[in-house]
Amino acid sequence: MGVMDPFKGFGVTFSHMFRKVITTDYPFKPPVSAPRYHGRHILNRHPDGLEKCIGCELCAWACPADAIFVEGGDNTDEERFSPGERYAKNYQINYARCIFCGLCIEACPTRSLTMSNEYELARDNRQDLIFTKEQLLAPLLEGMSKPPHAMFLGETEKDYYLGALENPGTSAGAERAPLSDVDVLGSPA
Amino acid sequence: MGIEEKLPSGILLTSVEKLSNWARKSSFWGATFGLACCAIEMMAAGGPHYDLGRWGMEVFRASPRQADLMIVAGRVSQKMAPVVRQIYDQMPEPRSVISMGVCASSGGMFNNYAIVQGVDHIIPVDVYLPGCPPRPEMLIDAILKMREKVMIAPLGPNGRKMLDQRKADGKMPLVAAGAMPSSYRADPARRAQWEQAVREGREEQLRIENWMKAQNHLRDGGA
Repeated sequence: MGVMDPFKGFGVTFSHMFRKVITTDYPFKPPVSAPRYHGRHILNRHPDGLEKCIGCELCAWACPADAIFVEGGDNTDEERFSPGERYAKNYQINYARCIFCGLCIEACPTRSLTMSNEYELARDNRQDLIFTKEQLLAPLLEGMSKPPHAMFLGETEKDYYLGALENPGTSAGAERAPLSDVDVLGSPA
Repeated sequence: MGIEEKLPSGILLTSVEKLSNWARKSSFWGATFGLACCAIEMMAAGGPHYDLGRWGMEVFRASPRQADLMIVAGRVSQKMAPVVRQIYDQMPEPRSVISMGVCASSGGMFNNYAIVQGVDHIIPVDVYLPGCPPRPEMLIDAILKMREKVMIAPLGPNGRKMLDQRKADGKMPLVAAGAMPSSYRADPARRAQWEQAVREGREEQLRIENWMKAQNHLRDGGA
């Protein structure tokens, strides 16, 4: 035990005063999550506004927590919500059950269901944690019109699915942002 | 309680109520109650990187008698249920409960005979926090939402009745306490956006829209 030892010890502690603060300033500057972070879901739309979901229930079958409820309905020529025969008449995700594993988006055959990075989901009752189709659907961007309406991109499903492959930029929802040069916080990008 | 029971709700004690709520929300002390993996995230939230000390609640009390917040972090088994209830009963009033993670909120993926399907079968819950496990930001978000709820809580033994009365009179704010995400509430511009969206009934669409705008690879049609 030397005389200087306590000073050495406190010196180590004191030197932390000059270190960079590592605390994240969460509610004021929310950190940017990893691009593939599993957040709340989005039900995407085709470029003309039709829903991509075809009501096949594969997401509900894949879900290990039974958090997804899908009820399919038949499209008719008068009332068309998605290209093809079927659409999701009722679609609910129970976030009080969802474990954000992403098996549902892997199962989705039309890339209708994807995930965003939004995670601020806490609510004060269980009812509000059940997201309905209205809450899950992507917003209508420019050039989209609200279903039900006819298929604007072409008569067959090929026009929808294969066209989207050639030109992924035209696909909508989670795959296309509103054409904007202003970012979320209002400052120019 | 005395005179405020005889008076119509919220005449005498409005300012005292605000002061008391402010004092209450400004320093929540949590009961140490980690049950599973969510507890790891709860500990991370208490550590320097996320630092719950910014809201005066970095201490987790080992004794429920000194705690006024219980974060049920993890799945509650049937065998643990009486313990949860006892710890809750030992906490002094006023007390709050956050059900952290999907297992505590509803049983989550453990839909079986061993797990209580939601801790609200045993104790009243103030805020449900989904996620498996929720990241520390989500816990902080839930805590901030609970603080909002505490701020509007009426004082006195008839608190719940008074709150219902205020709701019936339409004296509640446009955005219900605990409904706005904390990152929106913290930023005036985004807060105004959210309030507008609530008027239009499209707040979840706004959230997706803002998320899409923040994605660099999606900008300008993904080109």
